[in-house]
Amino acid sequence: MAHLNLKNVSVDFPIFNATSRSLTSHLLQVATGGRLDKDAKGRVQVQALDGLNFEISDGERVGLLGHNGAGKSTLLRLLSGIYFPTEGSISIEGRVGSLIDMNLGIESEATGRENIFIRGMLLGLSKAEIRARLEEIIEFSELGDFLEMPVRTYSNGMYMRLAFSVATIMRPEILLMDEWLSVGDESFADKAQARLSEVVSETKILVLATHSRTLLERICTRAIWLEHGKVVMDGPVAEVAKSYFHK
Amino acid sequence: MRKTIEVAGMLGWHDIRQAYRRSAIGQFWITLGMAVQITAMGIVFGSIFGAQGDDYVPFLAISIVIWTFMTETLKDGARAFISAESLIKQLPLDPAVHVLRVIWKNLVTFGHNFVLLPFVLIIFAVQLNASIFLFLPALILLIGNLIWMVALIGLASARFRDLPLIVASVLTIAFFVTPVMWFPELLPPQTAHFLLGYNPLYHLLQIVRLPLLGGVPTSANWLLSGAFLALGVALTIWAYSKFSKKIPFWL
Repeated sequence: MAHLNLKNVSVDFPIFNATSRSLTSHLLQVATGGRLDKDAKGRVQVQALDGLNFEISDGERVGLLGHNGAGKSTLLRLLSGIYFPTEGSISIEGRVGSLIDMNLGIESEATGRENIFIRGMLLGLSKAEIRARLEEIIEFSELGDFLEMPVRTYSNGMYMRLAFSVATIMRPEILLMDEWLSVGDESFADKAQARLSEVVSETKILVLATHSRTLLERICTRAIWLEHGKVVMDGPVAEVAKSYFHK
Repeated sequence: MRKTIEVAGMLGWHDIRQAYRRSAIGQFWITLGMAVQITAMGIVFGSIFGAQGDDYVPFLAISIVIWTFMTETLKDGARAFISAESLIKQLPLDPAVHVLRVIWKNLVTFGHNFVLLPFVLIIFAVQLNASIFLFLPALILLIGNLIWMVALIGLASARFRDLPLIVASVLTIAFFVTPVMWFPELLPPQTAHFLLGYNPLYHLLQIVRLPLLGGVPTSANWLLSGAFLALGVALTIWAYSKFSKKIPFWL
């Protein structure tokens, strides 16, 4: 049973190196960003999310729409437990996993094998669990003997294969993604798509930030449209997509 | 908690590996560098302090190894969260991971330097006695103190970016006002009371180094080190209950 519940959630970022003086004359509402504002003590703040209220339940596939800076990434980080609401409350039931930054924690001087352990442990697996699945990861990545070489010697494609193979061994109950991943040359890409679809189908809740209408309509059952950190529209994909893409 | 420690240990170990990866003798540069430093300082300051030479070199070697451990840990600690920014912004890791990563990395470095000390003790025929058994509890007390200091300084540094620079300056001054390369007995009693009495780094240094030199730390050394730990832990717990959720916003 996975469930997400946001009650009146706001997230404000304090900006410490901006002098509030230069902003007193105009509290701007930046065209495509969060709102710049000042708090009670006169410090500059960016309001990235503003009074969000929604629930996401088991089985839902939610697409997040909105322009760059609308708050999609902040919302994904909030859902993954990195950020905490500055106001309101959030409850997250279920193991959260994200496929947002696949390069995370990869050290270029370390070998492919070492990187499997680094990345795996950062994802919350124990050494024993990684060892148990090592063969599977190695086979999937098709890296062969290159596994014992430092990652800096890898081609871009090999690098992505390594990152992808490790990142997708997790089977989270709540999966967060920023656009669909596509990796490698043709033969690997097919295999990767199959793996990714498998991960997505096994997850109970998917939250996918995207700019692509095709993707949204293919994967999602519900769409949430954010603008300036507020929900503009929340409903079935067909309706929200119609308003968002025909604007 | 077991996972936190496992991840911190892995990251700390990789910090060391990373720094020495393509060098021929790898992390033994740590040991070699320290050996060179002790030899050079031993010759210069040993001759300045003249007759005390035989007592002086082991004293200096042990002091430098412990002092380096303490200060490097604190300097790294000030950047514990700042340098882990990309991790913190992508993964909901326990903040303790970043603190213990710094502790572990520096403990491994300390281990590499520590292997020099038995040789020094043998060469200079230092008489050890039963007080050597105090070394382990003292080291644990020191590490406990370092953990809370790293946690607190690291947290404050994430918010106030001048702090890592201030910490580095303060530790440079501390090196001269703390008896690391000079014997504390050389100070006139009144100056000693004023300069050392309330210097926590001095008391921590004393409890760890005296057992290795055949001496016994005073009860004041132990008491102040323990009190420093208790106060510090209380302060750190308070600070984390109030501010730990803000770390990702500060970075």
